[in-house]
Order: sequence, then C-alpha cells, then structure tokens
Amino acid sequence: MNALATRRRHPAAIAVLLLLGLLVTGGAYSFLAPKDANAAASAAAADDVAKGKDLFIANCASCHGVGAQGTKSGPSLVGVGAASVDFQVGTGRMPLAGPNVQAPQNKVKFDDEQIAALAAFVASLGPGPAIPEEKYTTVIEPGTPENNKAIAEGGEIFRVNCAMCHNFAGAGGALTRGKYAPALDGVTPRHMYEAMVSGPQSMPVFNDTNLTPESKQKVISYLKAQENQTNVGGLTLGNLGPVSEGLFAWVFGLGILIGCAVWLGKKAA
Amino acid sequence: MSTINETRPADALRAGDRQADEHASATKPLGGIAGWMDDRLGGAKGVSFLAKKVFPDHWSFMLGEIAMYSMIVCLLTGAFLTFWFVPSATQVVYDGSYVPLQGVTMSDAYRSTLGISFDIRGGLLIRQIHHWAALIFVVAVFVHMARVFFTGAFRKPREINWVFGTILSLLACIEGFAGYSLPDDLLSGTGIRAMNGFIQSAPVIGSYLSYFIFGGAFPGEAIIPRLYSVHVLLIPAILVGLFTAHILLVFLHKHTQFPGPGRTNKNVVGYPLMPVYIAKAGGFFFIVFGVIALISAVVTINPIWAYGPYDPSPITAGSQPDWYMGFADGALRLLPGFLEFETFGFTWSMNIFPGSLILLPLMWTIIGVYPFVEAWVTGDKREHHLLDRPRNAPTRTAIGIAGISMYVVLFLAAGNDLMAIKLHLSINDITQTLRVLFFVAPPVAFWITKRICLSLQRADRQKVLHGRETGTIWRHADGRFEEIHAPLTPEERWVLVQHESLEPLELTAGKDANGVDSPIARKERLRAKFSRFYFRDRVAPATPSELEAAHHEHDDHAAALDGGHEAIEPAAAGQERETVKADKQHG
Repeated sequence: MNALATRRRHPAAIAVLLLLGLLVTGGAYSFLAPKDANAAASAAAADDVAKGKDLFIANCASCHGVGAQGTKSGPSLVGVGAASVDFQVGTGRMPLAGPNVQAPQNKVKFDDEQIAALAAFVASLGPGPAIPEEKYTTVIEPGTPENNKAIAEGGEIFRVNCAMCHNFAGAGGALTRGKYAPALDGVTPRHMYEAMVSGPQSMPVFNDTNLTPESKQKVISYLKAQENQTNVGGLTLGNLGPVSEGLFAWVFGLGILIGCAVWLGKKAA
Repeated sequence: MSTINETRPADALRAGDRQADEHASATKPLGGIAGWMDDRLGGAKGVSFLAKKVFPDHWSFMLGEIAMYSMIVCLLTGAFLTFWFVPSATQVVYDGSYVPLQGVTMSDAYRSTLGISFDIRGGLLIRQIHHWAALIFVVAVFVHMARVFFTGAFRKPREINWVFGTILSLLACIEGFAGYSLPDDLLSGTGIRAMNGFIQSAPVIGSYLSYFIFGGAFPGEAIIPRLYSVHVLLIPAILVGLFTAHILLVFLHKHTQFPGPGRTNKNVVGYPLMPVYIAKAGGFFFIVFGVIALISAVVTINPIWAYGPYDPSPITAGSQPDWYMGFADGALRLLPGFLEFETFGFTWSMNIFPGSLILLPLMWTIIGVYPFVEAWVTGDKREHHLLDRPRNAPTRTAIGIAGISMYVVLFLAAGNDLMAIKLHLSINDITQTLRVLFFVAPPVAFWITKRICLSLQRADRQKVLHGRETGTIWRHADGRFEEIHAPLTPEERWVLVQHESLEPLELTAGKDANGVDSPIARKERLRAKFSRFYFRDRVAPATPSELEAAHHEHDDHAAALDGGHEAIEPAAAGQERETVKADKQHG
C-alpha cells in the first residue's frame, strides 16, 4: 500500500484512475444491462396470420389492443396495411422501447419471417397499402441516357416534395417539439417506398394518385445515386449546409491560422 | 555608330558653367536599378520611410493580416471564376457531366457554376478556395475587430480608423451575401427569397422597394446580373479603397504595442519592416493561402450540385445563410409572430422588420460610435499607443463580452433546427430558451466578466506585493507551514503596475454663487454618472509606497524566520523610474 501511495502524485495517476473507472463502469453495464426478452421466438404456428396474431398479442397488444383496435397509448392498426407493419417493425421502430415524441429507428427485434407474419395479420384486419412489388423497389442505376433522365426527374420530385423536411441531401431535419425527419442514407429501397405509401409518424402519405409507383421508384433511385456518388468536393461535413461550414471555418480555419501566427511570432527576427 | 559628336562634345562647351555643378549636386547616391527607378519615379524617400517603419511583435497583431491575405485570395480566385461564370437567369437545359441533373431546366448562372465545378479543370478547387477564403476573411475581420476593441486600440488617434474598420466589416458581410446568392442553386435562391422578405418588411414602402430592386416581381431575371455587378465591381472597389485608407492610417499612426519595459506612448519597440517584416508578412501570405487551399482541397463547401437549381416552390431543411449573416437569420427565428399588426390599411411586419432592416444598421452604428462614447465618458484627450490589457479596463471588457453574448444568442438561434436534431431537443424549447437568453445573457455576461477582470487585477496586485506563489510548502522548526513566494523580476513587475487606473470624474460644474445651475451642469451630471458606472469599483495597481511597505513586512518576517527565503531582493536600479511614475499616478 505504501508503494502505491508514493506514486499517487505520478502524472499518469489520473489517466490510470480514469481508465479504471471507465472499465469498471463499462464492465458492470455489460453484466447488468437488460436483456431482450425472447418470448416471441417461442410462438409458432403453421398459418402466417395465426402466427402473426400470436406475435401481435405477445408483443404489440399492450399498446395497440388485443384486436389491434387501438388504446390510449397506441393507435388502431385496422387498415394501415402490410406496408406500414413492414416499415415500422422492419426498421426497428416498433415495438417501441418507451413513450417518446417519435419512434426512433432501432435494432430490429424480429426476423424476416416473423415480420411477414405480423404484416399478414395486420393486413387481414382491413384493406391498406401492401408491401410494394419488387419492380418498383429496384434501384435504377445511372449509365444510360434514359436512366439518367429518370434519376434527374427523381431529384426534382424529391426537392419539391421531400427536401423541406429531409434536407437536400437526405441528411434529415428538425420538426416541431422534438420530432424530426430522419436521415435517409442507408435506408433500404423497400422501406423508403413503404414510408411514402404509409406515412409513418409526422410524414404525409404519398399515395399512388399523387405520386405514381414509377415516380416513387425514381425518387428512391435519385437518393441511392446521390448516396453512391463520389464526394467530388472532399469531406461533406454531414451535408448540413452553411452551419457546419461556418463551424469548420471558425474552429479549423481560424485555429490553424492563429497557430501559424503564434508560431511565426515566436520565431526570432 | 553614335549620334553623339565625339569630336565636339557639348559638355566641353559648358565647361566651367554653373549648370555642371548643379547636375553634380542633383545626382543621388543611389546606383543601379534602384537609382534608375528613383530618377523616374522619385520613390526613394517614401520607400526608405516605409522600410524603416518599426512594427511590434505579437501574434494577435497578425489577425488583421489574415483578413488582408484571405481578401487577396478572394480577389485572385474571383477573377478566375469570372472567366466562366454567366450572370444570367435565362433558362437552359443542363447537358454537362453531372448525371443527377442531366436534362433539368435551370438558369444559365447555375449551369455555368456546375460547369466550373465539373467541366473546368481545377474549377471546383478554385470555387472552394474562393468560398472558404471568404468565410475565413469575415472570421478574421471579426476576430481582429475584437482584438482592437478589447485592447483599447481604438482610442485617440485611431477613432477614424476604427470607423473605417467598422464599415469594412459590414461591407465584407454584404459582399459575402451577394456572392453566395449568385450560383442560383436552391439554397442561394432561398437566401434571395429571404432578402426579398427583408425588403418587403419595410413599413409602407416595402413592396415598392422590392419591385424596384428585383425589377418586377420576385424572382424575375434582373436580380442575378444586378447582384453580380455589386459583387464583382461596386463592393470590391469600395472595399479595396477603404482598406487602403485603413492600412495607410496604420502606417501613419504607427502600430500600437502591448505594455512592457521600455515601451511608451512615444516609441514603438519592434523590428523594422525591411527586412524582418517583409519576410514575415510575405511568408505569412503564403501560409494563409496554403492553409485555405489545403482546406479547400479536402473539405466540400456549398455543394451546389446537391442543392439542385432554384425554383420558388421547393425549399430544403436546414436552409441557413453563411455564418456572418447567421445572426440576422437568428433574429428572424426568435422574433415572435404576434408582433405583426395592421393599421390604416398597412401591414406593419414588426415580426420581421426589427431583425431585418433595423438590426444590421443598429449593430454597426453602436460598434462605430463606441470609441467616441468612451472618450466622452473618460474625458481623455491624450494619444494612446500603448494597449490596455483587457483586465485593466473591466467595464469596457464587460461591455464587449455582453455585446458578444447577445450576438452569439442570435447566432445560435440561426442553427436552432440543427441543434434540435443533433442534440435530440425540441426546437420550440430551444427557441424559447434563446428568447429569454437574449435579454438575460448580456447582463449576466457583463457582471461575470467584470468580476473576473477585477479579480484578475487583485491577483496582479497580490503578485506584485507578495511575489509569485511557488506551490512549495515549507514546514518550520516550530511546526508552522508556509508557502514560499518567489519575487518577480522588475520586468515582470512593470507589466503588472504600469497601467493607469482611471477614477470616476468629480462634478466640476455645479451651482454658482447665486445658486443657479451652470449651463453645462446637466450634461456634466450625466457624464459623472457614466464615469461612476465605468470606474466606480476600480482596483488600483500597487504603488511604490505599497510595494515598499510590503517589502518591509517581508523583511521583518524573514528576519524573524531565520531562513529568509521569502525576502525580496533589494530594489534594482531600473526600479527608480517605475517608482516615480506610479507615485505620480497615485497622487
């Protein structure tokens, strides 16, 4: 103990103590953190709808009601369609971890088969938008003139209908009272399409009359083309516009130049 | 072969003439190219005056240089961009090499900017250098301005130059605004849309003014060519002209210097322009250019291709102006909507007007008149070439910080949406908080800053009287503990005691013998009130007599302690002058 005490003023003591504290906290968390309940996996039925119903009662009924008719804490799901379920559960937004202004994107809790069963059950409650056909969720690749034209059209549709919330580059934006339009990079084409037809959370519904399936496909293709292109200008700073540029100019531009000025001032004449 | 007649030289005829002597006396002691130039331009006197000019050394004196050099970078790259930029709102169909926009109808201005970015060799780099240099230019201007303010460099004889600088900083912002509005992408079009709103918020004449500036209804085809003329011709001409006056006045006034031994209001301690500062400043230009080029090569700025062409119907989330216009945008975001009302058939857009057309002129007027206000309050008519340490002018420093805190609140408000998403907060809460802070932050910042300054002054006093705390604790034979204080060198001490400590003005003009108020009594009372506000709770620097007393105390102490390690060395020879000065000041 005495040997340790003599080193307590060593310059590295604080760093070692911090490291120790972090390790203990992190280790304790990994032991004590709540584990996912696996009740859903045990439910099994031959019929998709029946299996979906079991899953629904086990995981969703506490908020949406046993018959999906809705309760004080969750809306009715009659008529929301399979697309809505596939989007909400497939992106991990549902089941909701806790009440919040908006369901955040989260770790997906079910496998594809279970999600399909849940979707089939909810679709059986009343007619609603279905999971999109694969031909509309296939991304149009740039290359040929007509493909390029389709992507450019998708860009125009995106700027007129989506950019005001999701930002010009799909980087996301703020809505009122803590709600937000999420960033769109990394979202699968199918989930994008389903979001457009089902209008989750604050998002409006873009049905097939005001935005044809082909137009939706173009919007998705534009976003993917933008996501896949090389950043010709260098680092994008999150594509957040002048705010991040201004911050960069103040912190790095001014910082580096003042550093140079101090260095130059120190140089003997 | 020569046209000169060798056999009968003309000079031979004039031998003994007076003219020959005159010629000899007119020959200057300069030879070679310099002499040749001087014979034709006569600049030797001026150049040697400039070359011998002495400049003091401090990193903060180079902030203005950063601004100057980034402005030059802007001028150079701007000239390059004009070779290809087409300032026209004529609609064309894009057929360049950027795929996601092929076949889209857009203005010629936007098409040519896309061309510069994708089809002109080196175009994108130059465009990014131009834009980054512009941002850094305005950053450097503002920081330079803060340096001048907090060190009191605006005092006589430099008030006019402060006003020039104020106008320059405003022009820099307007120049920047005109520049980023030119490419006609979605964001810059939104900026012009906001400007249109600003103009229309002018009571009664707003809509007429808007039609006048846009040459018809918004957006029209006139605004881009007009902004282009303003951006490349009008403002740069004023900017460069005024800047030249600004820097000539620096030469005329001589540069200010921080206090130190041997530095007075009558000299400048430093190095001559030639060769030291020519080398340093010249090198610094390349450093600034290099740093800006490096940033531009690795970091995107204003990706106009991603914004798409401007069209009045769409808008993008996160539409903000470049940072220097951010505070005005923030003011708009904070102003509550209920301030708008109608009378006599006119709409009074008080929800926009104060933040748009009032804020900018008001802010720059306050900045511009500050030196005159302070000069009136102090009644100080002397020249000042020695800078103040910010702590030694607590009220001025506190006023500056209060003003900056107000500016920062507005500035933050411009990014309220991004703060909301990145920090997972509610945009409404952020806006409400900033509304409160706009009124609460300045007085709090004022109070805190003033207390910090006064505390630092007191700490300086302690340091002068008792020396620097070494952190070494001694235990004496009788068991007492004591911290060892190391004495300051005379040079170190000089910096801490050299400053004047202004006292509040006393009323001089009161009532005359008949009890009648003197004609200037009211003005004087007001002035005395301000003076009290400025200098009431001042901390005077340690005087020689106080220092003397402290020495004696320490000496007695030390003698009693038998170690004597705390004893301060006897006053050095150089201290004589300091003693006299500070005593005079105190008396």
